[in-house]
Amino acid sequence: MADDDIDLNALNDEELVEQMWDDLYDGLADEIVEGVNILLARKWTPYDVLTKALVEGMRIVGIDFRDGILFVPEVLLAANAMKRGMAVLRPLLAETGAPKVGKMVIGTVKGDIHDIGKNLVSMMMEGAGFEVIDLGINNPVENYLKAIEEHQPDIVGMSALLTTTMPYMKVVIDTLKEQGIRDDYVVLVGGAPLNEEFAREIGADAYCRDAAVAVETAKDFMRRKHNQAKSASA
Amino acid sequence: MIACGALARETLAVIRANGIADRVAVTCLPAILHNRPERIADRLRQRIRTARAMGWSRIRIAYADCGSGGAIDRVLAEEGAERIGGPHCYAFFAGTADFDRLMEEEPGSFFLTDYLVRHFQALIVEGMGLDRHPELLPMIFGNYRRLVYLAQTEDPALQTQAEAAAERLGLAYEYRLTGYGEFAQFVAMS
Repeated sequence: MADDDIDLNALNDEELVEQMWDDLYDGLADEIVEGVNILLARKWTPYDVLTKALVEGMRIVGIDFRDGILFVPEVLLAANAMKRGMAVLRPLLAETGAPKVGKMVIGTVKGDIHDIGKNLVSMMMEGAGFEVIDLGINNPVENYLKAIEEHQPDIVGMSALLTTTMPYMKVVIDTLKEQGIRDDYVVLVGGAPLNEEFAREIGADAYCRDAAVAVETAKDFMRRKHNQAKSASA
Repeated sequence: MIACGALARETLAVIRANGIADRVAVTCLPAILHNRPERIADRLRQRIRTARAMGWSRIRIAYADCGSGGAIDRVLAEEGAERIGGPHCYAFFAGTADFDRLMEEEPGSFFLTDYLVRHFQALIVEGMGLDRHPELLPMIFGNYRRLVYLAQTEDPALQTQAEAAAERLGLAYEYRLTGYGEFAQFVAMS
């Protein structure tokens, strides 16, 4: 350790979590892994480490990206650091039966290979307690249908970076309508050239401008679904 | 003519070739906005209003949609200006039909124009942080398969640079001499 490095072990829990937010912000993957391991050793649950240290840290990164303070490279470095932390936590989360909020199928649409945003959403959704089935890139409608049938998700997420590929989202939604299953799922869409108006026009449930918004929107829909189920059974 | 800085040289070349330099004034927005397309529309609005205040009545915009998701079109409709059609400059240089074919053939196509070849280091390598963080390369370019250089001019030095850029990104290289494509007609009509 260099003289000017911070000894993460010497920090109390609150200081350590704040330091991890800074380390995520700076994309310091090794420090994030170290911080995760320290919190686990202090008997934090994997779920608390994930939500309080990593997801909250990424939320801050997301805000500063939106406000033009951070740029794509910094966000990617932060995402990479979170991914390293997630790699430590993922098996533990499965073991400890962390709460599952819902299930999501997500992928970039046919013709689109840009997955930076989609990967961020996947990771943040997983961090927020969703089970995520990631279809990867360049997905024709058949891939969504197959995954929907196989996994029965609550949410279908579609991502596109190109003006030329975003209309394909409507193809997927129209196919769901034709098959009479559109209303069985919440459809969330995202990607740089999209906006709320476009999402409305193609029949999506919501447009999510970034990963943090995607998480909040998904949670909100799951709460509504839960409440509807409760009132139906009352 | 309000142009993207990445089209300044091409705009002036077409204007000169058509002998309309005495009738068209050109102003440009910074090309680096290429990396933050959500900021283009507002900057265009400001520039259009400035041009109107200076007395220019007919204002044409040398921008495609450029990943703005229709935001540029909304501003232009409000401000009464018109732009060249197409999703990107790649499309109007290559020709819309040819560009669609290229994308269909290989969705993992990364395009460079003369400008982007010249400024590859500043806009792509440094702009995307690859100089400082080479580990970002697979995250940013991992899904791309080929680099297509859509050349506006026949320039062996640029071709060498473009090929080196493809190698730097680990992509197959393809060269197409497009000339100014649909852009020439758009500018000439000004």
